[in-house]
Amino acid sequence: MIPSHKGTLTFSSIEPNAGLKAALSKGRADLIGEISASGLRGRGGAGFPTGVKWNLAAAAKDAEKYVICNADEGEPGTFKDRVILADFPDLVFEGMTIGGYAIGAKRGWLYLRGEYAYLRAPLEEVLARRRKEKLLGRKAGGKEGFEFDIEIRMGSGAYVCGEETALIESLEGHRGEPRNRPPFPVDTGFQGHPTIVQNVETICWVPCILVKGGGWFKKSGTEKSPGLKLFSVSGDCARPGVYEFPLGITVAKLLTAVGGEGAKAVQVGGASGRCVPAGEFSRALAFEDVSTGGSIIVLGPQRDMLRVARNFLEFFVEESCGQCTPCREGCVKLLEGAELLEQGRCSMSYLTELCRLGETMQLAAKCGLGQSAPNAFLSIVEHFRDELMGRAPRNGNGQHG
Amino acid sequence: MLVTEQERLKEDLQALAQRHGRGRGALLPILQDVQTRHGQVSGYAMQVIADLLDIHPVEVFSVVSFYAFLNAAPQGRFVVRLCRTITCDMAGKDRVARQLENDLKIKFGETTPDGRFTLEWANCLGMCDQGPALLVNDQVLTKVTPEQVHEILEACRKSFSPHALAAKEEHHS
Repeated sequence: MIPSHKGTLTFSSIEPNAGLKAALSKGRADLIGEISASGLRGRGGAGFPTGVKWNLAAAAKDAEKYVICNADEGEPGTFKDRVILADFPDLVFEGMTIGGYAIGAKRGWLYLRGEYAYLRAPLEEVLARRRKEKLLGRKAGGKEGFEFDIEIRMGSGAYVCGEETALIESLEGHRGEPRNRPPFPVDTGFQGHPTIVQNVETICWVPCILVKGGGWFKKSGTEKSPGLKLFSVSGDCARPGVYEFPLGITVAKLLTAVGGEGAKAVQVGGASGRCVPAGEFSRALAFEDVSTGGSIIVLGPQRDMLRVARNFLEFFVEESCGQCTPCREGCVKLLEGAELLEQGRCSMSYLTELCRLGETMQLAAKCGLGQSAPNAFLSIVEHFRDELMGRAPRNGNGQHG
Repeated sequence: MLVTEQERLKEDLQALAQRHGRGRGALLPILQDVQTRHGQVSGYAMQVIADLLDIHPVEVFSVVSFYAFLNAAPQGRFVVRLCRTITCDMAGKDRVARQLENDLKIKFGETTPDGRFTLEWANCLGMCDQGPALLVNDQVLTKVTPEQVHEILEACRKSFSPHALAAKEEHHS
């Protein structure tokens, strides 16, 4: 119910650095206990429990540990992190500092996507101010024996670097090619040291939880998906923008709030997400039902679903890192298939074969990008088959993109 | 490239290595700075960086070729990137694209002969609620209409000095 205004999100009601103060007054185990009790799960889309992640990193025996905030927000339809970084930068750095204290790290990075380069200067200013206020550096936040500082590193236009191991590769100065997982970064992260990689939104909920309590957080949302969540809403609706809703909200309810009633489908989770047709608008946006990092693209009745599918496939052909065959070749084959459909030249048996290829990619691709690349195509084929088959070829009106 | 230009580039790269360090982790920040300052990461620059960081030049090339914002070929003073992802597509990016091509007289992926503009596609710029979105170097523009394209390009052109502009026009006439 809350449109994107600075004053209306929970983040704006939190007193600056109150979360950090609360964190530093606790022992590490208590602090992580509080986060675990809240049930907070990763807001980037994967939904891994933050408390578990922090516990694993805290328990790892290593003199060097790291905190990374993943601000490589590249998922089509997602822009909540941009809004957070512009409006609540202190909360991001505060959350990272708390993470550093919790796991025993001295260094943190904010990995900012190259497309958001214009946010860098204001963020650097905030960091400089926090250093001056002794919230960073030696005795950070006035805590004896706690040292932590944050550096901003830029991405250079590679969507795959949003995948945590690719991001680490990029930080280390390599191509952003995902690693095999396991081992996970909590164990073998930056230069082989334990590292927690957190989404911008996740890290911001941490101070909120410490101020308001894990119980407060758990009160909203569902049992398996506790808490509030930011949604980036775009497409065919009257009021696009960033919204805060409890997880578990139905697609229909969300559509009413944003003025998107009458939609034919909603793409949830961006290019790597799923297409939810109107018949399934009663489904819940939660990790246990339709899982999402918050990207909601409303598709009105006039939209050509094949064009949507094709756009996503073009995206993946471009963004696949090329490391593993299922993704590198699979994306190209699916895009060719979408083009055949567009020209009205795809047989049903070939379409079935393409779907099988998509399922193979879901199983066999190395990382999350490749595993989720066919999702949009498959769900559009599943729900909108009647729109796809036997089309008349397009007349010469050239198409861009 | 003239020897003096090579020397100047080399000095610049040495200064960058000084600032960012010579560890492998410094590679991307160095390359990003080179790209911003010189509009490309040339083969020569890659060789010098490899020497400074004590890695094989192919390693540097493999990184340059991976990232969309790093380029071995020279880019224009203004890199214009139009978002082609779904919501900008739905908001009418095709017409903006056509107008950009018309006004710049180049296709996507090309640079104007005077070296001022490079036109490229971008994937999701994170402005999905305000599309079509355009990135001009580091600056983001939203809700761009085809008729605004001319103004946007003119604003870029104005940033070239009057002297440079006059010289260019003389050259063309």
